[in-house]
Amino acid sequence: MIHAAVEILLAEDNPSDVELTLRTLKRSNLLNTVHVARDGEEALDFLFCRGPHAGRDFAAPKVVLLDLKLPKVDGIEVLEAIRADERTRLLPVVILTSSREQADVTSSYKLGVNSYIQKPVDFEQFQETIRQLGLYWLVVNQPPSEG
Amino acid sequence: MLVSAAALVLASGAFTAYTWLTFRAAMVEQLSVQARIIAFNSASALLFNDPVSAQKTLGALGASPSIVDAAIYDNGGGVFARYWRGRKSLIKAFPQISKSQTEAHWYTHGELSLARRIEPQGKPLGVVLIRCELGELTTRLEGYAAITAAVLAACLGAAVLISAGVHRSVSVPVIRLAETARLVSRDKNYSLRAAATGSRDELDFLIQSFNGMLEEIQQRDASLQKAHDELERRVEERTGLLHAANKELEAFSYSVSHDLRAPLRHISGFSKILAEENRDQLNADGRHYLARIEEGARNMGRLVDDLLSMGRISRQEVVRRPADLNLLWQEAWERLQPEFEGRKIEWRIGALPAAECDPGLIKLVFTNLLSNAVKYTRRRECAVIEAGQITVDGEDVIFVRDNGAGFDQKYAHKLFGVFQRLHREEDFEGAGVGLATVQRIIHKHGGRIWAEGKVECGAAFFFTLVPRKPSRPKPANSVSS
Repeated sequence: MIHAAVEILLAEDNPSDVELTLRTLKRSNLLNTVHVARDGEEALDFLFCRGPHAGRDFAAPKVVLLDLKLPKVDGIEVLEAIRADERTRLLPVVILTSSREQADVTSSYKLGVNSYIQKPVDFEQFQETIRQLGLYWLVVNQPPSEG
Repeated sequence: MLVSAAALVLASGAFTAYTWLTFRAAMVEQLSVQARIIAFNSASALLFNDPVSAQKTLGALGASPSIVDAAIYDNGGGVFARYWRGRKSLIKAFPQISKSQTEAHWYTHGELSLARRIEPQGKPLGVVLIRCELGELTTRLEGYAAITAAVLAACLGAAVLISAGVHRSVSVPVIRLAETARLVSRDKNYSLRAAATGSRDELDFLIQSFNGMLEEIQQRDASLQKAHDELERRVEERTGLLHAANKELEAFSYSVSHDLRAPLRHISGFSKILAEENRDQLNADGRHYLARIEEGARNMGRLVDDLLSMGRISRQEVVRRPADLNLLWQEAWERLQPEFEGRKIEWRIGALPAAECDPGLIKLVFTNLLSNAVKYTRRRECAVIEAGQITVDGEDVIFVRDNGAGFDQKYAHKLFGVFQRLHREEDFEGAGVGLATVQRIIHKHGGRIWAEGKVECGAAFFFTLVPRKPSRPKPANSVSS
């Protein structure tokens, strides 16, 4: 199987959010590098080339956009697993969530998240946030060198 | 015991002394009588110089065993006749009697001597002297003393016996009763009982009453303890329920925070997309509806945010520290400045006090009150907003007043309810959360908040930051609960 290098891993269970996010990324010309995982387990399987993604060669994306409330394995657990693995220890992870609970923000930063973004209710703000996120992490930010 | 012994000893002493004195007086009297008899009987013997006859007269004294010796002297002081018993008479020289007296007596070496002039018809013939030993007196006194001592000992013995009896039947139970009372009061142990005497007297009645009282106290104590335990248990139970409710509330607000936002975003998002991509297919009505959908979503988003922030404030602990309220007001004012920029507002801000409060929360109070004042004076050509401190019934009260739309005083109690609004949304926007939040913050400080208003004349909000000292009348329109 030949994959274009995945630059964004989007872990999001809500189809509407997936659709709105993908539309925004597409408008920002960033769509072709996105992989969507619909729950935490799938996100980890994809990242670590397990289960349905066993055949994939390990390649870390440039950034993981992670929802907190995910089926099976929630966002915090996914973040923990990412930080616990040597290969993804330095991988930029951005929490992208509806929650603005201080407890969530605190525990995310304690686990070494790179950024915590609350999805704005207003769609225009949402679009702007996603656009800036994509641009920042894919274009502006210098990722850690592999190895 | 000691007192009765002393009394007894004194009494016997007095009795003995009295006996001694009367006995001596009786002896003197007895001797005097004998001396008179002898004087009378020996007068003729002296007159006729008949010593034998006088000797005989004196011999009659042999009948009295205590008389040791006796003598009759003539006027010249010579011994005319004498009598003695046993040993040789020790009678010495002629006894001297003072001129005014006819008789005299004196004591020497355990003996009593009595001398009497012999002077029939006033003619002095001689003197008779009789001596008697006081041995009898001593013997009798000794006898009396022995009896007194025996009586004294018997009395003391009786007293000791009676006292021991009293001690056993009265003192011991009273002491035990006192000891029981002391233990009860010291240890608060109401199960103790004083020992009954079983004698069915007043003391026993007292002990029974005391025990009855203890019984009553013990029962009350037990029921009080039971009530207390029950209360404790209930408090624990309620606290548990409260904790559970709090947990539930937290879970609820988390879920609201997370889950309610997403559909709003989707409504807002897709209606936006629809407006963008299918604008040409929509007529004016369609576009209007879409705009209303978006507005509805936005409003709901704000509502959710306000509710969540109020919930957060409710759960937040008040951390008091000294704060300058002027500074907090200033910060709130600066934060709201964009809202009233370009408007004509007359600010009448008096000096605010320093207070022990949670500065973050009180700043939020000022922000909400100020924001309301700014909002409801929007239609005034010249808005007037006041803030300051007044003293009401000795309490420091902080107020914020405006000359805006005001409200009807009869609805004042509804002002602070969540989602309660006294104005139409199209007149003045708002969710009805601001004042509810303000009230919660004030109540969490232990203070009170109330409002006064008049339609189209303005509104005033008053609050205190510390619990009211007791026994002060409450303002009639207080809204604090």
